[in-house]
Amino acid sequence: MSARLVVERPGLFDTVQDRGRVGFQELGMPTAGAMDRIALALANAVAGNTPDANAAALEMSVLGPTLLVEADSVRVGLVGPIEASLIASEGAAPKPLPSDRSHTLTRGQRLKLGGIGGVSTAYLAVEGGIDVPVFMGSRSTYTRAALGGLEGRKLKEGDALPLPRETASARAELALAAPFDYGSGPIRVVPGPQADHFTEAGHATFTGSEYVVSKEADRMGIRFEGPKIEHSALGPDIVSDGIAPGAIQVPAAGLPIALLADRQTAGGYSKIATIASADLPRTCRLLPGMRVRFTAITVAEAESLRREQERRLAAAIAGLKPARPEGGIDMKALYEENLIDGVVLCVHVRYHAN
Amino acid sequence: MSTRFLDCGDTAFSVEFGSTIAPDINARVMALHGAIAAEREAGRLTGVVETVPSMRALLVFYDPLSTTRAALQPAIEALLVGGQAITARSRRLTLPCCYDDAEFALDLADVAQRTGISQERVIELHLASEFRVYMVGFMPGLPYLAGLAKPLHLPRRASPRVRVPARSVAIATEMSVVYPFESPGGWHLLGRTPVSMFDTRRGAGATTLAPGDTVRFRRISRAEYDALSAEAERAPFDVERFVEASP
Repeated sequence: MSARLVVERPGLFDTVQDRGRVGFQELGMPTAGAMDRIALALANAVAGNTPDANAAALEMSVLGPTLLVEADSVRVGLVGPIEASLIASEGAAPKPLPSDRSHTLTRGQRLKLGGIGGVSTAYLAVEGGIDVPVFMGSRSTYTRAALGGLEGRKLKEGDALPLPRETASARAELALAAPFDYGSGPIRVVPGPQADHFTEAGHATFTGSEYVVSKEADRMGIRFEGPKIEHSALGPDIVSDGIAPGAIQVPAAGLPIALLADRQTAGGYSKIATIASADLPRTCRLLPGMRVRFTAITVAEAESLRREQERRLAAAIAGLKPARPEGGIDMKALYEENLIDGVVLCVHVRYHAN
Repeated sequence: MSTRFLDCGDTAFSVEFGSTIAPDINARVMALHGAIAAEREAGRLTGVVETVPSMRALLVFYDPLSTTRAALQPAIEALLVGGQAITARSRRLTLPCCYDDAEFALDLADVAQRTGISQERVIELHLASEFRVYMVGFMPGLPYLAGLAKPLHLPRRASPRVRVPARSVAIATEMSVVYPFESPGGWHLLGRTPVSMFDTRRGAGATTLAPGDTVRFRRISRAEYDALSAEAERAPFDVERFVEASP
């Protein structure tokens, strides 16, 4: 039988994602791809996948699924502040599993993923990558056109995630030395492309006010609530043009909408600014009710922020450390790890509450 | 209006040729799109990831880890000087369309009434229009077809339909569109084509039309529509079948 992870209980919105569908936007195809490319990269790294493989992982939102292992063994990489436990056999008591590291699970075991704390997403990578078909160069799920991933939709009960290997490779488990620092403070944006569609007062409102993430926040975008941004005489509408990731459009109502992974390729609302690519992952991690501010920087500053972040990401991957194997659990270590996890959760909450 | 380079963060910038929908503006967009593709095929413009044409601007995506805006912009500006000479790839296609069924041509009577011309003349004018794909977007595979005969120019419907069937052929403003999926929509429905604008069974070639293509419609009966639809259900159409000329 082919190796797979069976979904016994789905999470709130689990989708298969890789880095996204590149090269087809001219045909109207949104890129989709992981909302948080940093966590995707780290999850793949602890699972043993190299960056050039562009392995597909499971993106989980708010609450993760329960998965039954139907393979001799599988190595998973779990990254993000998510509750996880291992159920060794039917009816056995769940044993907590720490996140931000790899684990090797064996046939018949269940990985029970719970709530995600303080951020919107967490990632579960598998060694070799989730083996769904490639469509237009990517395995990413784009639910609005029902393509990519597993039948183009979020996971449901009874689904099976195909695994490329029947057994995990023999090596030590890996863990992050520390949770990745996504940064804090105002979200940095580059003004434009339609900066001239806003008055000076409109720009001052945008960068001088606090905005709250509304309930309308998903993979396509985040609608913010807060002070209304004033358009110039050029008005809120434009003849549709292309949309970059992190573009912030402002329709006539005056409230900003950040466009994220599942954004349409083109749109007809004026865009006041674009989120710096280094600050896009932390924007994608925002939850409804969180407060943010925006601050303007230049293109060159945004480029150098991104390069600095990429150096830190490479260092985090180079600095992965061996983690204790699953078998010999020592209660003292477990206790300490739980304490550390608790601290980690608080740190995440603080970053993202601003 | 002169060409402007507009900031779109640190992974893209927009080369804007104008603020309106016009043939000369879109031709310049497509020329630059083609010129950049040729440069990339020749191994130049390292770091450009993809380019996305729209009605009046080209969005250039780049990887800030392998190039910079400061390095790329002069290289793109150099292409603009000679860009006009490059003819963008342009296929000519003819798509079958059934106008002769009330189920498909839901707004034909309304369009005839608003424009003051007969239903038959509305169909003739749509068939006589030579369209150019100015942009594919809003939904995967949705072509924006410019070149609609002037007497048919109308604003969008006052209240959009909640559900427009897939493959509906519709008009509004100076354009025609074909809906790739069932979706909400405010355009006037004149007919339906059996040819899907987006067929995932074709994999990477899922979309039927690309920016720059020239398109005409051919009138078919309901019987021919049904026969072609049955064929499409069995296996996806090879787009080549509808291509009259390739570059």
